[in-house]
Amino acid sequence: MSIEFRSVTKRFADETVAVDDFSLLIPSRKTTVLVGSSGCGKTTLLRMINRMVDPSSGVITIDDEDIATVEPVALRRRIGYVMQNSGLLPHRKVVDNVATVPLLNGVPKAEARERALELLDTVGLDRALADRYPSQLSGGQQQRVGVARGLAADPNILLMDEPFGAVDPIVRSELQHELIRLQRELGKTVVFVTHDIDEAFLLGDQVVILEKGAKIAQQGHPREILANPATEFVASFIGADRGKRRLAPVAAAATGDDVLLVDGTGYAAGVISAPGGKLAYSISDKTDQAGDA
Amino acid sequence: MVWLWQNLELVLGLALDHARLSVAPVLVSFIASIPLGWLANQSRVLRTILLTLGGVLFTIPSIALFVTLPVILGTRILDEINVVVALSIYAVAVMVRGSADAFASVSKDVIGSSTAVGYSRWGRFWGVELPLAGPVLLASLRVVSVTTVSLLSVGSLIGVTTLGYLFLDGYQRSFPTEVVIGIAFTVIIALIFDAVLVTIGRILMPYTRALPTSSRASVTRVAAEVTS
Ligand SMILES: Nc1ncnc2c1ncn2[C@@H]1O[C@H](COP(=O)(O)OP(=O)(O)OP(=O)(O)O)[C@@H](O)[C@H]1O
Ligand SMILES: [Mg+2]
Repeated sequence: MSIEFRSVTKRFADETVAVDDFSLLIPSRKTTVLVGSSGCGKTTLLRMINRMVDPSSGVITIDDEDIATVEPVALRRRIGYVMQNSGLLPHRKVVDNVATVPLLNGVPKAEARERALELLDTVGLDRALADRYPSQLSGGQQQRVGVARGLAADPNILLMDEPFGAVDPIVRSELQHELIRLQRELGKTVVFVTHDIDEAFLLGDQVVILEKGAKIAQQGHPREILANPATEFVASFIGADRGKRRLAPVAAAATGDDVLLVDGTGYAAGVISAPGGKLAYSISDKTDQAGDA
Repeated sequence: MVWLWQNLELVLGLALDHARLSVAPVLVSFIASIPLGWLANQSRVLRTILLTLGGVLFTIPSIALFVTLPVILGTRILDEINVVVALSIYAVAVMVRGSADAFASVSKDVIGSSTAVGYSRWGRFWGVELPLAGPVLLASLRVVSVTTVSLLSVGSLIGVTTLGYLFLDGYQRSFPTEVVIGIAFTVIIALIFDAVLVTIGRILMPYTRALPTSSRASVTRVAAEVTS
């Protein structure tokens, strides 16, 4: 279930060009993270994959099938979608929320419910919460229900739009690690949108750093991006939050341009180029953070 | 009280007629307001047109309606259909506004996310928009039901048997007891209607208390608006 964008442009009715000539291959069964600052077009990209938004020009394919030829409702039912603030139906109990898509697909009620209860286990929620309404859950629990709903129809593709943006840092970190565990078990094609670069490096097998108009500033494995930020923009973007990462430059190569960074526990976090001694701090990728914990 | 016992049959008969005639306008307004209220949220122009139309209909004097409806409908002037139609028009006029507000109170995020997970337009209307608009719709419907029950008394002016007869008769005979009993029974019918609506609401919408406070707040706001 690979997804491909080919020269996709989205111009809204008010002439805003949210996405400008965007091309990207999103590999099957891996997590691709789209990261960039607010308004750069991340959500628009994501919503074009399930035809909530149709491109003005260009083609999007899923396994080489042009999605413009697929009926939107049918397409959406085979793609999981998780958004910020969960997007749950406030008038349906947790278990019915999780069962939403299977029920829409005509799965018998008892079967859909049983499967929904299993999914609550999968995302680490107590089955006792099944008969509550979403408003009776904490933000973190709601997001877990959102993830369970996204997985309910066993889709091959899971779209996640800042799913952990509205919960506190501790719960966010919990949810992130839960997602990593889930992804190890399930191997979905995950497209994850965030503006948090730490989250992007933690979760992504492929990280795509975007500028305004969804222009790709750099894409690659977190390690490649850390070692070799392609532009000033990328360097400053990945180094934006230096305090938290407690990184320190320890060694300069002979040229005086390359700096090795270590995190607070002494693990090597990355290598950056710092021409003229101007330093931009980088961060650890997920292996290092695992070592950190 | 003695008068009431002596005339119990008359009073109960009038009360039954009164209740019977009140049902149709309430039902009609509920059913008509759902597509109209939904339409009013599809475009600003439609909203303006529908709400203005509702406002205009509501200002037509009832007597004028009673006299013109027979001409339009081809009914006899004393036919009770005229009163039912007239009150239905008022009820729809009020409900359109309430229903437009009800559908407007449904969170755009929820509509968006239900579309994203694969609801069709039709399925989303029945499965998401209507149930979420429900509590606000019910609030308006309760106002309409009380208003209809009380307005129906006017029907007696054109010879339709309702509790209004007791007001007229009591007034003409300068017999306040009869008027008071007429009022009391009107209030009782209104309360019964209200209780029935609330009960139906509880059964159909057990989730009402779990909805976000914003939509519950708009229930009270709508109730205040349609009555003012
Ligand atoms: N329906 C729309 N009509 C007009 N302009 C839109 C619409 N949706 C988005 N835009 C514009 O397109 C641009 C990209 O929006 P988008 O929502 O994709 O950004 P984003 O990267 O998801 O931002 P954020 O991080 O704040 O969620 C913005 O300038 C936005 O104002
Ligand atoms: Mg967004």
